[in-house]
Amino acid sequence: MFGRDEKISAIRLTAVQYIILGVFLILTYGLWRLQVMQSDSYALMAEKNRVRNVPILAPRGKILDRQGRVIVDNYPSFSALLLRDSARDLNADADMIAKGLHMDPNELRQRIKKFTAMPQYQPIFLKEDITPDELSFIESHRNELPELDTIMAHRRLYPRNGFMAHLIGYVGEVTDDMLNQPQFELYNPGDVVGVSGVEKQYNNLLMGKNGSRRAIVNSRGREVGRLDETPAEPGKQLKLTVDVDLQIAAEEALEGKNGAVVAMDPRTGEILAMVSRPTFDPNHFAVKISKDEWVKLVTDENHPLLNKAIQAQLAPGSVFKIIMATAGMQEGIAEDMHVNCTGGASFYGRYFKCWVLAEHRTHGVVDVSKAIYQSCDVFFYTLAERLGIERIAKYATMFGLGQKTGVDLPQEASGVMPSEQWKIRNFKQKWYAGETISVGIGQGAVATTPIQLARAIAAIASDGTLRRPRLTSPRDLPANIIPATNVPDEVKIPIDPKSWEIITDAMANVVSPIGTANSAHLQGIDFAGKTGSAQTISNTLKAKMGAVGKSKFKDNGWFVGVTPRRNPEIVVAALLEEGEHGYLAARVASQVIKAYVEKQRRQPTKVASGESKTEIGAVWSSPNADGDGDRLQGGRFYVDLPKKHAVLATAAPGIR
Amino acid sequence: MSRYVSFRDFDWFLFIFVLMICGLGVMEIRSATMHTKFAGAHIKQVYWVMGGIAAMFLVSLFNYQALLDKVHWMYIASIASLVGVILFGQKYLGARRWIKLPGGAHFQPSEWVKLILILAVAKYFADLHHKSELSWSDFLKAGMIVGVPMLMVLAQPDLGTALTYMPIAIMGLFLGGVRAKQALTVLLLAGLLMPIAFLKVLKPYQRERLTSFMNPDADRQGSGYQVNQSLIAVGSGGIWGSSEGSQTHLAFLPVPQTDFIFAAFAEEHGFVGALGVLLLYFIVLMRLTQNAQTAPDRAGTFLVMGVVAVLSFHILVNVGMVVGFMPVTGIPLPLMSYGGSSVLFMFLALGMVMNVRMRRFVN
Repeated sequence: MFGRDEKISAIRLTAVQYIILGVFLILTYGLWRLQVMQSDSYALMAEKNRVRNVPILAPRGKILDRQGRVIVDNYPSFSALLLRDSARDLNADADMIAKGLHMDPNELRQRIKKFTAMPQYQPIFLKEDITPDELSFIESHRNELPELDTIMAHRRLYPRNGFMAHLIGYVGEVTDDMLNQPQFELYNPGDVVGVSGVEKQYNNLLMGKNGSRRAIVNSRGREVGRLDETPAEPGKQLKLTVDVDLQIAAEEALEGKNGAVVAMDPRTGEILAMVSRPTFDPNHFAVKISKDEWVKLVTDENHPLLNKAIQAQLAPGSVFKIIMATAGMQEGIAEDMHVNCTGGASFYGRYFKCWVLAEHRTHGVVDVSKAIYQSCDVFFYTLAERLGIERIAKYATMFGLGQKTGVDLPQEASGVMPSEQWKIRNFKQKWYAGETISVGIGQGAVATTPIQLARAIAAIASDGTLRRPRLTSPRDLPANIIPATNVPDEVKIPIDPKSWEIITDAMANVVSPIGTANSAHLQGIDFAGKTGSAQTISNTLKAKMGAVGKSKFKDNGWFVGVTPRRNPEIVVAALLEEGEHGYLAARVASQVIKAYVEKQRRQPTKVASGESKTEIGAVWSSPNADGDGDRLQGGRFYVDLPKKHAVLATAAPGIR
Repeated sequence: MSRYVSFRDFDWFLFIFVLMICGLGVMEIRSATMHTKFAGAHIKQVYWVMGGIAAMFLVSLFNYQALLDKVHWMYIASIASLVGVILFGQKYLGARRWIKLPGGAHFQPSEWVKLILILAVAKYFADLHHKSELSWSDFLKAGMIVGVPMLMVLAQPDLGTALTYMPIAIMGLFLGGVRAKQALTVLLLAGLLMPIAFLKVLKPYQRERLTSFMNPDADRQGSGYQVNQSLIAVGSGGIWGSSEGSQTHLAFLPVPQTDFIFAAFAEEHGFVGALGVLLLYFIVLMRLTQNAQTAPDRAGTFLVMGVVAVLSFHILVNVGMVVGFMPVTGIPLPLMSYGGSSVLFMFLALGMVMNVRMRRFVN
C-alpha cells in the first residue's frame, strides 16, 4: 500500500505550484499597473467622483434712474439643475424628469446631448423659475432622481406693462451663435446675458461673476461635506440718466399710440426719457417665452420689439425745415429771402404743392420766420433750389442727420441723408435736381430717427453745440466700461447769433396762436419747436389707392420741441406713426415738456448763499453775452440773501 | 496498524495564515460598511468564521477515506438538492439560487455541491490508479461528474458558481494524467463552442458584463460602472493607500463588503497592503500543495488539490476582476468576502485538508 507508483507524479504537483505562482505574478502586475503606474490618473478620477462643483449664481446689477430710484431689480427664484457627474443614466431618467418638470422629453434629451462636450462637473440648467409643485417634485424624488437639484437664482424683475421696455431691453440665455463670437469667449452655455437695450449694452457691468462651491458627494449625489467656496461677485448697478418722472409722463403721453418719444438734456446729451410704442413685457422674456407669443411679437406690423426712438428711419418732414433755415441763413441766402406762396410753385417743370393748398389758402409773402412757424413749403422749395443738394447735405450731415448719434444703445439705425454722391454710390444714378426740392421739406430719400432729430434741433437751439446723446454719465461708470464710439462727445457748429435768434423765435411761434401747433401751447412756459408731417407714400399713389390708401398710409406726425427756446434744458422729439399731423405729435411732446418744467418748479434750487433764507416763486436770470436773458425762471426757489438785499428777491406775479 | 490521529498533526501553520486572511477580511468589512445599512456586518462575519472553524475541526475528525466511500450517496443528494432549487428555490434578482429553510435561514446548495464535487472527483481519479494514462471514456466520465451539476447551476442561473466547478475537473484531469492530445481536443472544442454559448446560453446581463469588461469606458454609467469604479478605487489607493478611501466610503464602489472587498482593501491600504494579502494567499496555497504531496494516498492528494484548484480559481477570478483582467462574475474572494456560505465552504474544505494531513502517517 506504500507503493510510490500509486502516488501522483511530483512533477505535475510542482507544475501546479508554478502555475499558481504565474497567476499571482499576473495579479501582482495588475495591481502594480493600477496602483503605481497609473495611480495619479485614478486618484484624479476618484476626486472627480466625489467632488462636485455647485455654481453660486451672481445676481445681475440693478438698474437705477438718475435719482437712484430702482427701475430693474431682481427677485429670488428656483431653477432646476441636472447634475451629470452622478452615476445615473440620464437618458433613461429623462422621461420621468420631463414629466415632473412639465418639459418635453425630446427637448430634454437634446439638451443633455448638447452639453455632452462640457466638463462633467458642470450641471445643466433644465428649467428656470420653476413652480412650487415642480420644486416639490424635485425635493420628493431626491432618492429616485439624485441627479436633479435646485439652485436659487436671482431673476430680473422688470417694470410691468412694458414700461421703458425698449430702453432697458431684456436678458436671455447666451445663444450658440454668441458663444462662437470672440467677444463672448468668457461666457459659458447657460449664462444669462443681456440681449437688447442697456441690458445688452452694459452687460459686462451688470453681469456678475458666478462663484462655485466644491462639495463632497457620495455615489447618490448627496452632499456629505464641503471643500471650499468661491463666492459669487454680484453685478454692479447701472445708473441711467433717465428721469423716471419724465419717463412716466412720456409713456402716458404716448399710451395707445404708435410711435416714439425721446427727451434729452441738450446741455449734456443725457437722455431723460425714451419711449417706443407699441411695447412688450420683458418679464415674459426673463423666463422662456412661449413660441406663440414670440411669433406674435415678431410678426406684428407695428413692430413692438423695435425701439423706434433709435431704430425708426422715417422722413423728417417739415422738422427738416429748421436745418434748411439754418443752412440758408449761414449761407447768406435765407435771411432776406421773401417768397410769395400761392399754394405751390413749379420747379424743373413740375408743380410742387404747399400743404396750405389743401385748406384752400395761401401763405402770401413769407420770410424765413413765417416760413418756419407757418411751415411754408414753397419758401423751402425755393431755398432748396438755391442751396442745392450738396449744401443741404453738408449742413444736415453736420447736425448729425443720416448717421448714428452714438447713443449707448445697441442696434441704432443710421438713417439716410441723400446727396449726389450717395445716389451714385447706392443707385448708380445721377441726382435729379427735382429731388432736391422734395428734400427741402424733409421728404424724398431723407430718413432720420427720432433721436437724430432731437439732437439736431437741440444743437441749433443750443447755438450750434451738437452733443452725443447718452444714457449714462461717465462719472457713474467704471473706466473700463465706458462704451467705445467714434462719435465725438461735443461738436461746435458756428451759427450766426442773429440767425440763431430768428430761428429760435420762429420755433417759439410754432406753438403760439399763429403757429402750426397752436394747440400745443403751454401757458407760462417758454416752449419752442417744429412740427412735421411726412408722407409715407407719395400723394399721387395715395390718391390712386383711394379710401384704402387714405386709411392705411396716413402721414407720420413729428414734433421736436425745446424749452426754453435758446440754450434749452430739454429737447423732446415725438414721432406718431400714422399720426396724420405734426400738431398731434406736438401735444405729446408738450406733455413731456410740461412734466419737466413742473418738476423743476417743485424742486427747490439754491441760487445764492447768505444769512437768511427766503422762499420765492421765480427769478429773472441775468442777461448773458448775447443779450438774451430777461427770462423768467419759474419754480420755488430758496435764496439765502443778506437782509438788506432781501427786497431784491420778489415773487414774480402769476406764478405760484 | 494503529489508528493514531492527533491534533499535533493538525496544520497550525496553515491555520494561522488562514486566520490572518479572515482577520483582514473582517477589518475591511467593518471599514467598508461603517456608514451603510450593512453596518455591523463584520460582527456577523466573525460569527461565521467561528462557526467555520468549529465545522473545520469537526470535519477533520472524520476519516476522509470513510467519507470517500460514501461519496456516491452524497453526489446523488447534491444533484437532488440542485433539482430542489430549480423546483422550490427562492427567486431573488431573477435567479433561483436559494432554498428557504424553516426558521428563516437560506441555504445555497451550489456551495456545498462544490465540496461534494471535490470528494467525488478525488474518489474517481483515486480509483483509476491502475492506469498510467487516461482513456477517452475516463475523460468523459470525469467530465460528466462535474458537468451535470455545473449545467444545473448554470440554469439557476449562476454563471460564477458554475464556473468554480470547472477547476475541480481540470485539476483532477491534470493530476490524473490527461494526455496532451485530449487536452488540446477539449480546448479546441471549447473554443468552437464559446461563441455559441455566449449568444445562446448567457443571459443579456451576463453578456453585458463580459462586453463591458472588454471595454469599460464604453458605458461608464451603465454596465461598465462596477468595473470602472473598482479600477478607480484600486488605482487611487496608490502605493500606500488612500486615507480617505473615498471610493469605498462614499459608496461609489459597489458591494465593497462582498465581491469587491479586495478593491476596497486595495484602496485603503494601497499596493503594499494588497500585495501583502496576495502573499498570504500564496503562502496558504503553497502550504496546501505541500500537504497534497504528503498525503497518505492518491485520494488525499486529489482531495487537497481540489481545494487548491477552487481556491486559486476564486482568487484569480476575483482579484482579476478587481484589477480589470477578468469580467464581473460575482465570485467572492474566499475567506475575506462577507457571506456565510462562502466562509463555511472554505472552512469545511480546509477541514478536509486537515483531515488528510492528520492521517499522513496513517494507512
